Amino acid sequence: MRFSDQFEQRFAEMLTHYPTKRSVLVPTLLYAQDETGYLSDEVIEELASRLELTALDVRNVISYYSMLTTKPRGKYNVQVCTNIACMLRGGEELLQHCEKKLGIGHKGTTPDGLFSLEEVECIGGCSWAPAAQVNYDFHENLTTEKMDRVLEGYAKKVTA
Amino acid sequence: MADLVSHPDEVKVVSRRFGMGATNLDRYLEMDGYKAVQKALGMGAEAIVNEVKNSGLRGRGGAGFSTGLKWSFVPKQAPKPKYVLCNGDESEPGTCKDRLIFEHDPHAVIEGVIIAGLAVGSHTGYIYVRGEYRYLLDIMQKAIADAYARGFLGKNIFGSGCDFDIYWHGGAGAYEVGEESALMESLEGKRGIPRIRPPFPAVVGLWGGPTVINNAETLASVPHIILGGAEWYANLGPPKNGGTRLFCLSGHLKRPGVYELPMGYNLRKMIFEVAGGIPSGRALKAVVPGGSSTPVLKSDEIDIGMDFDSVAKAGSMLGSGGVVVLDETTCIVKFALRTMKFYQHESCGWCIPCREGTDWLKKTLIRFHSGGGVKKDIDNMYYLSENMLGRTFCPLGDAAAMPTMAFIKKFRQEFEDHLDGKPCPFEKAGAAVMV
Repeated sequence: MRFSDQFEQRFAEMLTHYPTKRSVLVPTLLYAQDETGYLSDEVIEELASRLELTALDVRNVISYYSMLTTKPRGKYNVQVCTNIACMLRGGEELLQHCEKKLGIGHKGTTPDGLFSLEEVECIGGCSWAPAAQVNYDFHENLTTEKMDRVLEGYAKKVTA
Repeated sequence: MADLVSHPDEVKVVSRRFGMGATNLDRYLEMDGYKAVQKALGMGAEAIVNEVKNSGLRGRGGAGFSTGLKWSFVPKQAPKPKYVLCNGDESEPGTCKDRLIFEHDPHAVIEGVIIAGLAVGSHTGYIYVRGEYRYLLDIMQKAIADAYARGFLGKNIFGSGCDFDIYWHGGAGAYEVGEESALMESLEGKRGIPRIRPPFPAVVGLWGGPTVINNAETLASVPHIILGGAEWYANLGPPKNGGTRLFCLSGHLKRPGVYELPMGYNLRKMIFEVAGGIPSGRALKAVVPGGSSTPVLKSDEIDIGMDFDSVAKAGSMLGSGGVVVLDETTCIVKFALRTMKFYQHESCGWCIPCREGTDWLKKTLIRFHSGGGVKKDIDNMYYLSENMLGRTFCPLGDAAAMPTMAFIKKFRQEFEDHLDGKPCPFEKAGAAVMV
C-alpha cells in the first residue's frame, strides 16, 4: 500500500496534533480516498493497523460519513444538491438533466468510468443556488446549459 | 469562489475584510490584523469574558446562547488540558455564511480561537471545517501555517510568555457533526453520535478535558468586539442581541446572497429591499427564517426584527441565519417533504424517536405528496412530531419536528388539497416524481 509523499507528510504531522492516534481518522480517510478513488479493503486494513484499530472500527466510521465510499466511483463525482434552497431554484430539474445527459441515476457511474452522479444534501451553496460540486469544485447559479458546459469541461480535461 | 453582494443597509463587521485579500497575512495585518489578540493578551481572562458578555454576542450557530456566559462555565482549574473548538461544520440547509468567513477572512477565525483560549485558560484550539469545503480547509491550513511562521501561534506568542497551538481538522460529510457533542466525537475519530449531557462540554469535552465550542461566525466576531469594545458592538443591535449577523438569503429572490445586517433588522425589508423582492411579480408565500429547522413564517408574519428574541416571540427561531424565501408557486407539502428527507438522511440513528420518527414522517410525506394520503395522516404527522420534541439525545429530533408542526399548523389547507388522490396542485403535469 503506497500513498503519495504529500499524504505521508500530512499523516505524520497530523499524528502530532492530537493526544490520541485515532483522532486523525476522519480526515485521513478522506485524503486516502482522494488518492485511491475509494476505500478498498487494503486501504482500510492499512489505516487500521497504523492507528491501532480493528478494520471493523474503521468500517464503522466510514459508514457514518456520506462522503466516504467503499465502492469505486467515476473520476469525476457530480454531486447535485436538491435540498430546500436549491430545490426552489431548479435543483431537481438540474439533477434530472444530469441523469439524462450522463445516462445514470443516483450513485451510478458511466460505463467509461468518467462520471458518477449523486444527489446530495445541502453543500452550502444556498445563496448561489442551484449548486453542485464536482469532486471538490463548487459550481453555482447553475442552469441546464451551464451544467452542460461544466460537464464538457471535465470530459475535455481527460482527453486533453 | 462564491459571489459577494452588497447593500447600503449593511453594517460590515465580520464581513469587513471580505473581498480584500485578507487571506494574505500581510494584507490582514494592514487591516488591524492580530491587534485584537495583542490587546487581549494584556487584558486578562476575566476582562475578556466580561467584555464578550457585555457585548451581547450570542452563538451564531443557531442556539443563540451568550458566548461570554458559555466561556464562564469553563472551570478555572482542571486536571486535564482545556480546548477551544471552532465549529465550521456548517451544514444547516439555507446556511452558507461560514463558508465566506473561511474563504475571505481565515485569520479572524484564528484570532477568535486564540482569544477564546485566553479567556478560558486553554492553550490548544481546533478548527473543524466540513469535508465538502475542501478548498476552505486548504485556505485554513495555509493561514495557520502563516501564523506559525510569524510567531503568532506556537510558543511565547507575541512575546507574551503564553503558548497557543491551533490545528485544523476536516470532516467527511455529516450534518449531525455540527451538533457540539457529535463534533467532538468526530474529532476524536469516531462516528458522530451525540453524547448525553450533563456533563456539558465546558466541563467534560474533548478527550475528557473542558472544551469551549463556538461557531466560526461567533469566533470571527470576537476580535472586532475586543478592538471596538463591548458597548459599540452591543449598540449595533437591540438589547441582549448585540452586533450584526451574516444573513444568508436564498430561495425565490431577485438578489439572493449573504448580507451582513444589524441584529433586529426588519425581515420584510430584508426580503423586499435588501434582496430585491421576489422575481416575476409573484407573491410571497412563506419564509423559513433561520435554516431548515426553524418553524416557517407566513407572509403576514414577517414584520419582525431579525434578532433571537423577536423571532422567538413570533414563534420561530433566528437559528443559523439562513433565510429561505418561498413564493406562491411553492408546494408546502413538497417543501416539508424535502426538509424531512434531509433529516431522515442525516439522523445518526442513535436514539429511537429521531431515527424512527424522521423515517415515518418522510414515508408519510412521500405518500401524501404523491396523492396517496388519508385525512388522518395530517393529525398523525403532527402528533408524531409533537412526540419527538424534547425526547432525543440531541436537537436533531427537534430540528425535524418543529418545522413539520409549523407547516401543518399554518398550511393545513395545502395538505388537505393533496387528499383523495388529487395530483399536487403545484406540480407541473407530467413532472417526474423526484422523492
